[in-house]
Amino acid sequence: MRKFLIRRIVQSIPLLLVISVIIFALIHAAPGGPLTMYLDNPNVRPQDIERLRRAMGLDRPLPAQYVAWLAAFLKGDWGYSYADGRPVTVRVLERVPATLQLIATSTIGAVLIAFAVGIAAAARRGVDRIASPLAVAGISLPVFWLGLVLQLVFANALGWLPSSGRFSFGDGGVADRLAHLVLPATVLAVAHAAGWSRYLRASLREALAMPFTRGARARGVSERRILMHHALANALLAFATVVLLDASIMASGAVVTESVFAWPGVGSLFTEALAKRDYTVLMAFLMCASIAVVVVNLAADVAVHALDPRTRDVA
Amino acid sequence: MTSGWKQPGSRVALAVLALLVVGALAAPLVAPYAFDAVDLANRRGAPSFSHWFGTDELGRDLLTRLLYGARVSLAVGFVSAAMSATIGVAIGAAAGYGSRWLDDALMRLTDAMLSIPRLPLLMIGGAILGPNVPLVIVLVGLVGWMETARVVRAEVQSIATRDFVLAARAMGATPVRVVVRHVLPGITGTVAVATTLAVGRGILLESALSFFGVGVQPPAASWGNMLYQAQTTMSTEPWLSVFPGAFIFVTVLCCQVIGDALAGDVVAA
Repeated sequence: MRKFLIRRIVQSIPLLLVISVIIFALIHAAPGGPLTMYLDNPNVRPQDIERLRRAMGLDRPLPAQYVAWLAAFLKGDWGYSYADGRPVTVRVLERVPATLQLIATSTIGAVLIAFAVGIAAAARRGVDRIASPLAVAGISLPVFWLGLVLQLVFANALGWLPSSGRFSFGDGGVADRLAHLVLPATVLAVAHAAGWSRYLRASLREALAMPFTRGARARGVSERRILMHHALANALLAFATVVLLDASIMASGAVVTESVFAWPGVGSLFTEALAKRDYTVLMAFLMCASIAVVVVNLAADVAVHALDPRTRDVA
Repeated sequence: MTSGWKQPGSRVALAVLALLVVGALAAPLVAPYAFDAVDLANRRGAPSFSHWFGTDELGRDLLTRLLYGARVSLAVGFVSAAMSATIGVAIGAAAGYGSRWLDDALMRLTDAMLSIPRLPLLMIGGAILGPNVPLVIVLVGLVGWMETARVVRAEVQSIATRDFVLAARAMGATPVRVVVRHVLPGITGTVAVATTLAVGRGILLESALSFFGVGVQPPAASWGNMLYQAQTTMSTEPWLSVFPGAFIFVTVLCCQVIGDALAGDVVAA
């Protein structure tokens, strides 16, 4: 187990390096490099730009810049935000709790929905007739549009729920915070639950067609127990993996949802930085999000390895 | 699994998608008004008999703009998916049939691209490069090839050990010829499924990019940037954001249903 863990961690190092090269190359693909925003500003003189370029090390060859940037990034020095001059580390970290709260709530919600719908659809043909088309529809929904429509209906038209933010100014009690969480968490949860319930239904159906379920049926085990015990145990591991492997999609979803609902998390920090072309923040966001995805995927691998003895000799 | 085409839904999806494509191509002929016809007397008009889907803040007919927007949105979806399919097949075939070293390098690249959240990556690309329609197509195509590359690699690896491939190699066929003539014909179904799904995803990505102002720019219309322009007037003129979103939703839904039907055929074959 420990050997496997160490090997997987070592394997993810080249992966992270490739990711960092792609992100670094992307930022430097801008015509003016990271100084683009100053080039368009008539108040910044050419000699100032030259001075900045030298001060920021942008006159050095690209590989040297990359190494310097990566070394600084690893030390936790992510530069300063162009927008307000504060350290990027501080700006990102102060937004993390809100994002974690949103992602945790919506993921738990999505898993619960996926379980209920996936199991019911696998067991009952009637449920399946309704649930399967709904799941396909859920996958096809543009997340931001779902957010806008829910906002329109539940916040503007009905006035049941607040349309944006994390709490009301001057309130901030538990009920108020929960009310603010409902819409964004629902939007994210619906987007994920659709795909996950489809997956769980398919793998339950597959397990129900396997010889061991026929054996269980022959022994007189009840249908209910076969589904909830035998088939589910078989499908669960793959399901957990699929949920964890969707971390990258969750990050994209969080950016959209947080922006639509002005949820003060890392995702809305990203869109704010995008509007101001605040490259240090954008780069830090993309690096952090990618690292988070790699770590979660690694966790999925390790969890499967720990829980499923069949994978051990393969590894 | 039986062929997905036996279900009525998949045929309806194909018909709806065909209708949208025809409507987009023939927009100048079928649209009730001119693309930029301004009707100042009828601004922000709710859906009515003369304007089925209402009018925007300049009195332009929404249905007309949706049809012209379909040209951009569908073009982004189809062309970027074709681009992703080409890159994905090339990389997947090279990784599956090439040397161990090449395979490792290409798969590491694929994993890396899959780990970077797609939408923020695209949004930065759009913001940096100054977006226009061709660029949006290229960007969306560049971030959509990984799934295809993975399935193609797996299929190529399994086909590459089959006897007919060994026979071709024994007769002196070059690796490129083996892949193109003997391996790729066996994976068209898989690629078709991945590409159909990529059309829907491309349309979703375009709409999200344009919605955040880093995709298709006005005066060009796409479903995404119509939503972008409509979001501030959401509560007073809801039709301006409801209909473009519904068009995106229906189109992506059709792609998804067709993709599922094709996948059923691949499994059945």
